[in-house]
Amino acid sequence: MATDDLIARLALDLKPVSRSSVAKRLAIGLGLGFAASWLLMVWWLGMRPDLMDAAATMPFWGKLAYTLLLAVIGAWAVKRIAYPLGSIIINLVLMAVALFAFGILAAGIFAMAPPEMHMTMLTGKSLAVCTFNIVVLSTPLLIGAFWVLRGLAPTRLTLAGAAAGIAAGAIGSVIYSFHCTESSMPFVAVWYTLGILIPGLIGAVAGRFFLRW
Amino acid sequence: MNPVETQLKELMLASLAGDARSYAILLNDVAKHLRFYFLRRLSEAHKSDADDLVQETLMALHSKRATYEPDRPFTAWLHAIAQYKLIDHFRRNRIRVTVPLDDAEDLIPADYSDPTSDRMDVESLLQSVPEKSRELIYRTKIEGQSIAEVAISTGLSQSAVKVSIHRGVKAIAAKLKGRAHGNG
Repeated sequence: MATDDLIARLALDLKPVSRSSVAKRLAIGLGLGFAASWLLMVWWLGMRPDLMDAAATMPFWGKLAYTLLLAVIGAWAVKRIAYPLGSIIINLVLMAVALFAFGILAAGIFAMAPPEMHMTMLTGKSLAVCTFNIVVLSTPLLIGAFWVLRGLAPTRLTLAGAAAGIAAGAIGSVIYSFHCTESSMPFVAVWYTLGILIPGLIGAVAGRFFLRW
Repeated sequence: MNPVETQLKELMLASLAGDARSYAILLNDVAKHLRFYFLRRLSEAHKSDADDLVQETLMALHSKRATYEPDRPFTAWLHAIAQYKLIDHFRRNRIRVTVPLDDAEDLIPADYSDPTSDRMDVESLLQSVPEKSRELIYRTKIEGQSIAEVAISTGLSQSAVKVSIHRGVKAIAAKLKGRAHGNG
């Protein structure tokens, strides 16, 4: 096809684009992913039966604040990396600060606890299941984030995939915290964080293949 | 601000608002720039891919136009897309890159004239300068010697060299101005 024909066809197909369309696409993709992941959690794992009581305790809110903060940083990263030449250095720095701060806090609590408590603090009742469950719950979110990016123009595909994965893992862990009854901070710092970083790794590897345009 | 950037950006903003006529003009202009851009970066054996790349980039511009942020330069955005398409093309076809990749300025150069004709222009202009200045300008501005070096080798003082160069450059500027007004 001649370039002139293509130009005529594209001009004919032109529709106005609003400034908020990128944000809208992000909201739709992550919103649908959230809904799917939430339903999956309720149907597969079930809400924690003591949610009302737990909502009155600090660990519940601490866990929620940590995962929610990472979710916001991650979702913002997806938006930033969706533009050509988009950079997510700020997001990576913020995330490193959050991980570090929470890690220090958790390490402090761990060190101050009596040694016989150490094992239970780290393994809890659910050990590795926790990380695995978060990775599973993040899958619909990862698909949603990839859909967002495929319609936009990321030029660094590995980074874009990693951003999508971290956002998916973080939002997935927010949802998971409505099921999980673990409350020790060291537990969250290890297994939840791992549950966020693994989808990030999956996204980084998948980005090169699935985010091409 | 680069006049090409200003013009293309205006067209792009009108296009985002839905003006199909501005959009057609924009795409035509962009296609020309892109053709030149890709041709310069493809080796002899792959020059025939330039048109495909131009079309692919135009389609990407169309489907990804929501990612253009009006407070950023349009050419930088377009360049990022063109470069992505070029690298993707190399990767897909397993072509080893031998051409250096570049900055956004490369997409919209100041003009497309041949460097040889630029050199001829410079030489012809220099001919209009008095012999003594010409030599000094040639050695400092074109060969890149320092004022001090030239002063030593010619036996002139440094300030004499500077004054002489300054006069010569002024004479060239006057001549160029005359040309621009149509009496060159």
